[in-house]
Amino acid sequence: MIQWWNSLPIHVTDAIWTISVGATCAIACALLGCYLVLRRISLIGDAISHAVLPGLVLAFILTGTRNPVPMMLGAMALGVLTAVLTEALHRVGRVPTDASMGVVFTSLFALGVILITVYASQIDLDPGCVLYGLIEFTVFDTIGFGELEVPRAFLATGATLGLVLAFITIFWKELKICSFDPMLASSMGISAALVHYMLMAMVAMTTVSSFEAVGSILVVAMLIAPGATAHLLTDRLGRMMRIAAGAALSSAILGYLGGVWLNTSVAGMIAVVSGIQFALAAMFSPRYGVIGKAVHNLRMGLQIVREDALGILWRLREREGRASISRPELERLLGAGWMTRLAMRGLQSSRLITASAAGDLALSGAGREEARRLVRAHRLWETFLSSELERSPQNVDESAHRIEHVLDSDLADRLDHRLSHPATDPHGSPIPRDDADDSLAKETPAR
Amino acid sequence: MISQSSEATEVSASAKCAADEAVAKAGPLPVTVRDLTVAYHRKPVLWDVEFEAPEGRLIGIIGPNGAGKSTLIKAMLGVVPRASGEVLIYGESFERRRRLVGYVPQREAVDWDFPVDALDVVMMGRYGRVGWIRRPGRADRAAAMECLEKVGMQEFARRQISQLSGGQQQRVFLARALAQEAQIYFMDEPFSGVDAATEKAIVSLLHELRDAGRTCLIVHHDLNTAKDYFDDILLLNMRVVAFGPTDQTLTSENLRRTYGGRLAILDEAASALANARR
Repeated sequence: MIQWWNSLPIHVTDAIWTISVGATCAIACALLGCYLVLRRISLIGDAISHAVLPGLVLAFILTGTRNPVPMMLGAMALGVLTAVLTEALHRVGRVPTDASMGVVFTSLFALGVILITVYASQIDLDPGCVLYGLIEFTVFDTIGFGELEVPRAFLATGATLGLVLAFITIFWKELKICSFDPMLASSMGISAALVHYMLMAMVAMTTVSSFEAVGSILVVAMLIAPGATAHLLTDRLGRMMRIAAGAALSSAILGYLGGVWLNTSVAGMIAVVSGIQFALAAMFSPRYGVIGKAVHNLRMGLQIVREDALGILWRLREREGRASISRPELERLLGAGWMTRLAMRGLQSSRLITASAAGDLALSGAGREEARRLVRAHRLWETFLSSELERSPQNVDESAHRIEHVLDSDLADRLDHRLSHPATDPHGSPIPRDDADDSLAKETPAR
Repeated sequence: MISQSSEATEVSASAKCAADEAVAKAGPLPVTVRDLTVAYHRKPVLWDVEFEAPEGRLIGIIGPNGAGKSTLIKAMLGVVPRASGEVLIYGESFERRRRLVGYVPQREAVDWDFPVDALDVVMMGRYGRVGWIRRPGRADRAAAMECLEKVGMQEFARRQISQLSGGQQQRVFLARALAQEAQIYFMDEPFSGVDAATEKAIVSLLHELRDAGRTCLIVHHDLNTAKDYFDDILLLNMRVVAFGPTDQTLTSENLRRTYGGRLAILDEAASALANARR
């Protein structure tokens, strides 16, 4: 296995290692990010990624090495401290949470900068590395396991992903209830504050382990974008986490390929891919997406025009005894436009209305059934509003016009029953019944 | 009121814990609140609240907006810090007896877009007895499903919660409280913004709970319905104005003291304080 691996061309193994580093970072961030997005504290990731700096410096000063374990512990302590101070400032100082967070993380970051310049000026800090990370170079710093050379960064991000997975698996129930209903959780003895601080510690650890690869700015994109994307695409927590992890993995792969292809920053490309994923989800998500909503509205609009046409034909028959209407006249009544033309075409193709040789339109048997249902719902609703809710007959028509399109026949039956089967609506028009003794239905047999 | 002996059997039937049984036999009251004071930013919200809730009663907590009704419940549950005072559940501190208390928060207290379904929410009622880290099992799931059935929501078990109507959401919350299998229920405005069918369902559920010897403290804002729903009324306006059986408590004198001039004076005092601070 190892021999086969080592026999691969070096650029292939480098690519795989780089993608692995990016993917482990991105997945760990995405999983924790789901909770941040759901708790509406997405930007705490940004705050923590800056506020951990004094923790890192203190760990370095105290131990004198860049050993990752004390570094992580220092970062986690500062992550919790950020959350505690933000909350304390919010409570005691009566400052809004976002403002107190802004004050806390910038102050802590500044403290870190001062600590570096005073006590640890020998630390080699490359601002570019801190901001964007250097994922391309992680393959040059390796640790050998026998014949296998593993990048040091992958050990950090891989271990972090393992810890994040363990954390979420072990505290799944606690994280869920504390994110949804912290009051209930606390009343049950599951301390929402404790769970919050544990989550903050995990975010701090993940942020720091991702620093080297993707820097302190882009890690924020990794924390927030996949969770936000997944939230648009599903409404189950477990599925949301899996989708977020999948989005993170694909952003790491596509980001690497894109970065190499355009010869630009891989970490930057990963963030760009995450952004594109979110934009696509926002547009095409079936329930929340812009496109999905537009399609839904269009379909609803068409249905309303179609049903209005059926209603017009029914009333025409009822009031003037005319069974058909010329196409231009009906289009004029509905309001000319492409919606009307589209609706008419729909009505004809579904055989709800039929056209004579002369082009006059009439209800078919099925169309008459449908029209009866609509007019019945409309008039029952009007009767209900004016008799039960004591609204004057003049202003019930508007409401009935809207409700007729959504009132199903089951509810209409219940209204009918409740109103003890009224014969006419408040305007005196007959309320059509489902019974077959309807004179209109008799004339032409239903298809 | 339920007699002492039937109360003891009821408790032993549902709460398996031997300690609970001993307590129920010894007979301390379900809820005792002594000298409870709560303050936000040094401004008192509740002052010296004291009352003892008898067993098997539906108790309405009534008062004007800002009277501290929700705060009282949250302080009793320990989710809002108490400045002073103690809350005893069957004679022991709330912290030691929290499993005997179920909670129905205000519907607005949570984010209904959260990606969970109705059954998931009801399962959360089991988390307290399951304990840290351990996972709820098949029995918990069956119990949760049963609670959904009790509120007529079994068909909606797999429905994401934002797709439920306000009344259905409230029923899910009630089912979750039932899943806690508590002896005492604190409910925060369960009747607010629900349809007539849900209102009926809640009332019959409350009667069932009372008949089973449970004690319910219910924050309520509608004076008109209060006398039909509750056995006892606690009139609250920062302090306990009156507490006792509904017909004796809901007097015009008491209501005036709760809603009337007293409130105006407190308001004036508060704004005077606010001005002085500026």
